[in-house]
Amino acid sequence: MNVAKRTFDAVIVGAGGAGLRAALQLSEAGLKTAVLTKVFPTRSHTVAAQGGVAASLGNSTEDNWHWHMYDTVKGSDWLGDQDAIEFMCKKANEVVVELEHYGMPFDRTDNGKIYQRPFGGHSMNYGQAPVMRSCAAADRTGHAMLHALYQRNVRANTQFFVEWMALDLIRDADGDVLGVTALEMETGEISIFHAKATIFATGGSGRIYYSSTNAFINTGDGVGMAARAGIPLEDMEFWQFHPTGVAGAGVLITEGVRGEGGILRNASGERFMERYAPNLKDLASRDVVSRAMTTEINEGRGCGPDKDHVLLDITHLSPENIMKRLPGIREISIQFAGVDPIKAPIPVVPTCHYQMGGIPTNYKGQVVVPKDGNPNAPVSGFYAAGECACASVHGANRLGTNSLLDLLVFGKSAGETVVEDFQSGQLKLKPLPSDAADVSLARIARLEGQTNGESVHEVGLEMRRTMQKHAGVFRFDNLLKEGVQKIAEVAERAKHTEIKDKSKVWNTARVEALELDNLIEVARATMVSAEARKESRGAHVRDDAPDTAENPNGRDDANWLKHTLWYSEGNRLDYKPVNLKPLSDDVEPIALAKRTY
Amino acid sequence: MTIDRGRVRWQCRRALLELDLVFARFLDRHFDRLSDDQLADLDDLLRCDDYDIWGMVNGSKPCEEQRWKEMIALLREP
Ligand SMILES: Cc1cc2nc3c(=O)[nH]c(=O)nc-3n(C[C@H](O)[C@H](O)[C@H](O)COP(=O)(O)OP(=O)(O)OC[C@H]3O[C@@H](n4cnc5c(N)ncnc54)[C@H](O)[C@@H]3O)c2cc1C
Repeated sequence: MNVAKRTFDAVIVGAGGAGLRAALQLSEAGLKTAVLTKVFPTRSHTVAAQGGVAASLGNSTEDNWHWHMYDTVKGSDWLGDQDAIEFMCKKANEVVVELEHYGMPFDRTDNGKIYQRPFGGHSMNYGQAPVMRSCAAADRTGHAMLHALYQRNVRANTQFFVEWMALDLIRDADGDVLGVTALEMETGEISIFHAKATIFATGGSGRIYYSSTNAFINTGDGVGMAARAGIPLEDMEFWQFHPTGVAGAGVLITEGVRGEGGILRNASGERFMERYAPNLKDLASRDVVSRAMTTEINEGRGCGPDKDHVLLDITHLSPENIMKRLPGIREISIQFAGVDPIKAPIPVVPTCHYQMGGIPTNYKGQVVVPKDGNPNAPVSGFYAAGECACASVHGANRLGTNSLLDLLVFGKSAGETVVEDFQSGQLKLKPLPSDAADVSLARIARLEGQTNGESVHEVGLEMRRTMQKHAGVFRFDNLLKEGVQKIAEVAERAKHTEIKDKSKVWNTARVEALELDNLIEVARATMVSAEARKESRGAHVRDDAPDTAENPNGRDDANWLKHTLWYSEGNRLDYKPVNLKPLSDDVEPIALAKRTY
Repeated sequence: MTIDRGRVRWQCRRALLELDLVFARFLDRHFDRLSDDQLADLDDLLRCDDYDIWGMVNGSKPCEEQRWKEMIALLREP
C-alpha cells in the first residue's frame, strides 16, 4: 500500500494544554510544526478543569516557590523527582503571567492582581497553614486557558491537523524517533508524519476504569503508542481517585458540596466518616475519604440493590441554598443519578480521576529510558509533556491544580528543548526505515480481515470492570494477582476484536477499536506494576501494607523508594532511582518524612 | 451539500464527560433515525462551545436558536 508522507521540523500529537503550549514555543521560533489532534483543539479535555492552576505569586497570601516545592514533594509521598519539582515550582509564576499576557481572563483582586484561592494540600511555611495559591478564571480555568493558547497558536501560524489520529510511533534501528503514522478520519487514509522531533501531549488514560471522571477521549493513545514502540512506562500503578463521582456515570461532584455541608452515609444512614476521620470527617483529604468509602462498600454496608455505592446527602440543606450555591450539582444529579438532591441523596463512588504515571521524561521534556547503565538516557527525537508524561512531579499522588501547571511548564520546556536541539543542529531528519508504516498498516488490515471476533464494546467493558475490581482505590494481594491473569486474558481478546463496519470514511467504530489497543497497554501496565509494588504509597494503598511504626502509612522506603518501569514486551518490570536531589546546589532536598496532614 | 453522518457522530465526542454521556444516549436512541434536516441542525449545534451545550441540555441556559430546539429536547430526554 502506498502511504503518503509529510515532512515537518516537528510533529506534536495532542492539542490540549500541553500540546498547545509546546506548539507555541516551536511556531514562534519559526519551526515548521504540525499539531495532530483527534478533536478540535478547544474540545480537548483540558476544558474540563475547573479548580485552577497553582503558582506561588503571593497575591492573596504570602507565598514562595520553596513552600510550593515542599507541598509537592510531600504530596507525591516522596516519589516525585526533586529536580523536576524544583523546576516546575520555580517556573510557575513565569508561565502563569505569560498566560495572563496571552489574554487569559483570570479572576482579579481589588487591586487588579490575579486572585488566588486555597486548595487541598497547598500550604504556607512548610505545612503550617493553608495558602492561597490557585489562580482561576471562575470555574472555567481549563477552558479559558485552552482558548488563550489556541488563539496564540493561530497567530503564530501553527499548522493543525484536526480529526487526525496518530496510530504508531516510528523508530529506526538506533531507537531514534522519526515521527508517527496517522489516520485521517475524513478519508480513512494512513500517512506518515516524518519529523526531526516528535512531542507527545495526548493527555490521560482514565477510561481504563469502569468509573472515571474522564471524558471518552482519554484513551491513553500516546502512552499506548510509546509502550508498543518499546518505551517503558513509569509508575503506572499510581492513579488518583476522586471520592465523589456519580455512581454508574462517573461525573465529578466537586469537593465544594461537602464544603457546603454534604454528608456521606452508608446503607444504614450512618455518617461513617466520623469513624475514619473524627476531626475533619467528610472533609478529610481525597485519599482518606475514598478509602473509607471503599471499606464501607467492601464490608457490605454499601447502598442500593448491589450495595455498590454510598450516598452523598444534602437534603438537610435548604432548597434555596442548594439552588443558589450548588446549581450545577443539582443538574448533574438529576441528569445522571435520576435524583433531585433537594429530596434524596446522590449515589456516589470513588472514581478514577488522574494518571500520575506515564511516558518517562526529564524536566526538559525529553523522553528518557535506561540505556548502557544510565537509567535516564534521552531517546533522540522524542519528547513528551502533560498528563501522558511522567516528569515525575506528581510521584505517587498529585496535588489539585498542579496538573494544569505541569502542562504549562513542561509543555513549554519540551518546546524550548526542541528549539535548542534544532538550532544547535543536533536534530537531523534521519531517513525513514522502509517498514515505517508496517505496524499501523498491519493493525488496520487485521481489523479489516477479522471475522468471528468480539465486539470492541464488550472487550472494553471487561477491561474496565477488571481494572475497577482488581486495581481500585484499595488494593488486595489476591485481587491483584487474579487481576494480572485476567487483564492478560482481556488483552488476548483485544487482539481479535471485530468491527462490522469496514468502510474507511469517518469510521468511528474503527477509531474506537484502535483506541482500545492503547487502553489495553495502559491497563496491563497498571495491573502488573500495582501487583509488584508491595508497599502503600500515596494513591497506591495495599491492605497488606498497613501503617506500622517501622513503615509509617505502609510506606517502605528501604525497599520501594524507586520508580517502576513497565515494558510491554514480555510484560517485564524494571526500576530506577527517585531523584531526591533538587536541580540547584543551593536548594536543600526535602528530607523523607511521614506524610500526615 | 450532503452531511457525512460519520463525521457528525464523531463530533458528538466532547470535552466534558457530562456531554459524552448525554450524547451516547442520544446516539443510541435517535441518531440513526435523524432526517437530513435534523442532521444539519445537529451539525450546527455541535459547533457551539461545550459549556453552552451543557447549559442548554441541563436547562440552566435558554436555547435561543430556533433550529437547535428540537435537538436539545432530544438530548434532554431522561
Ligand atoms: C473533571 C476534571 C477536572 C480537573 N480539574 C483540574 C484542575 O482544576 N486543575 C488541574 O491542575 N488539573 C485538573 N484536572 C486535570 C487536568 O485537567 C488534566 O490533567 C490536563 O488538562 C491534561 O492536559 P493535557 O494537555 O495533557 O491533555 P488533554 O487536554 O487531554 O489533551 C490531549 C490532546 O491529545 C489529543 N490526542 C490524544 N490522542 C491522540 C491521537 N492518537 N492522535 C491525535 N491526537 C490525540 C486530543 O485530541 C487532545 O487534543 C482535571 C481533570 C478532570 C478530568
